[in-house]
Amino acid sequence: MEIAGQVLVLIGAIFLFLGSLGIIRMPDVFNRLQAGTKATTLGALSLIIGVGLMNTAFLWKAIVLVVFVVLTNPISSSTIARASYKMKVPMFKGTIKKMEESFLEEEEK
Amino acid sequence: MIITISLILIGIAVFLSFLRLLIGPTVSDRLLAADTLTTITAASIVLVAFVLGRLIYMDVAIVYAVIGFVGVVTVARYLEGGI
Amino acid sequence: MRKVKGFILLWLFTMIAWVLGTGTFRIDELVTGLVLSFGVVVLFASFTSLYRDIKITPKSIVLMPVYLIVFLWEMIKSNIDVALRVINPAMPIKPGVVQLKTRLHSPLAKLILANSITLTPGTLTMDVKDDSLFIHWIDVEAENIEEATRKVGWKFERILKEIIQ
Repeated sequence: MEIAGQVLVLIGAIFLFLGSLGIIRMPDVFNRLQAGTKATTLGALSLIIGVGLMNTAFLWKAIVLVVFVVLTNPISSSTIARASYKMKVPMFKGTIKKMEESFLEEEEK
Repeated sequence: MIITISLILIGIAVFLSFLRLLIGPTVSDRLLAADTLTTITAASIVLVAFVLGRLIYMDVAIVYAVIGFVGVVTVARYLEGGI
Repeated sequence: MRKVKGFILLWLFTMIAWVLGTGTFRIDELVTGLVLSFGVVVLFASFTSLYRDIKITPKSIVLMPVYLIVFLWEMIKSNIDVALRVINPAMPIKPGVVQLKTRLHSPLAKLILANSITLTPGTLTMDVKDDSLFIHWIDVEAENIEEATRKVGWKFERILKEIIQ
């Protein structure tokens, strides 16, 4: 239990680190969101569950926090992605756009 | 030992996100950095709660996560022009 | 009938939130929670029709944990994928915006699908309009709509359409 918890905490910290490295290295907002959201969600999940396993008094609250983080993190990143798409934040050069004509026309306006 | 290494890694993560918050060329970049910082901070509050052995800090982490989420969504909706 | 089902499910979820928040199973806490969540649901049930669409059959109840396991497995895969891309010095990315079509109608099902797509390998939901989802893909593998739908959303949609109408 103790050792499994420690391993999970270490994995979580590594993923949090990789997520923030991703938001420094990636070229545009959308790619940064990809790296940032995924890595920090799994990192936070793994770290918090690890703490819950190391000290079982924390387990209940840890589960509440994990459920909340996993449910809300994708929503906030989706909102940021939509806002920056509508604000026409410049995309990485060579980004492919493939959608039905009507939506592309709507975007031109 | 492992806790120390994890805390150092989280410290570097906070530093890198903060760098993006400072240099980010557009508003979206700064908002995204703030969002990432919220998650990292909630996780590190949990770790601090474990190190200090205070169960009450878990509630602090939960409330922090809630407020961070609401704040980021509000700013994003504002930028989009929804509010 | 569907209104009653939505009411009871909303009450059940409010009650689960109460139990998670208080963290005890003492009888007085449970009774207080039942009364309070009933009040909350009476006040707010008319604002939400989200939970009416959940199917309650033996098959759908078995499939809910299956969905959770599929989702967690995809999430772990996506994290390893992102980690490898971040560490790689050459940064192998080929980003693009792609449209998907979904056959789900319920708003709750679309919400769950969009959230799942955000956390799976290389994709990020940007917008949902009627039956179209707009996806930012970090490494575009399929550009036409049918093929992209099959590659990204199908494994979730297949299970979701059994759980939610």
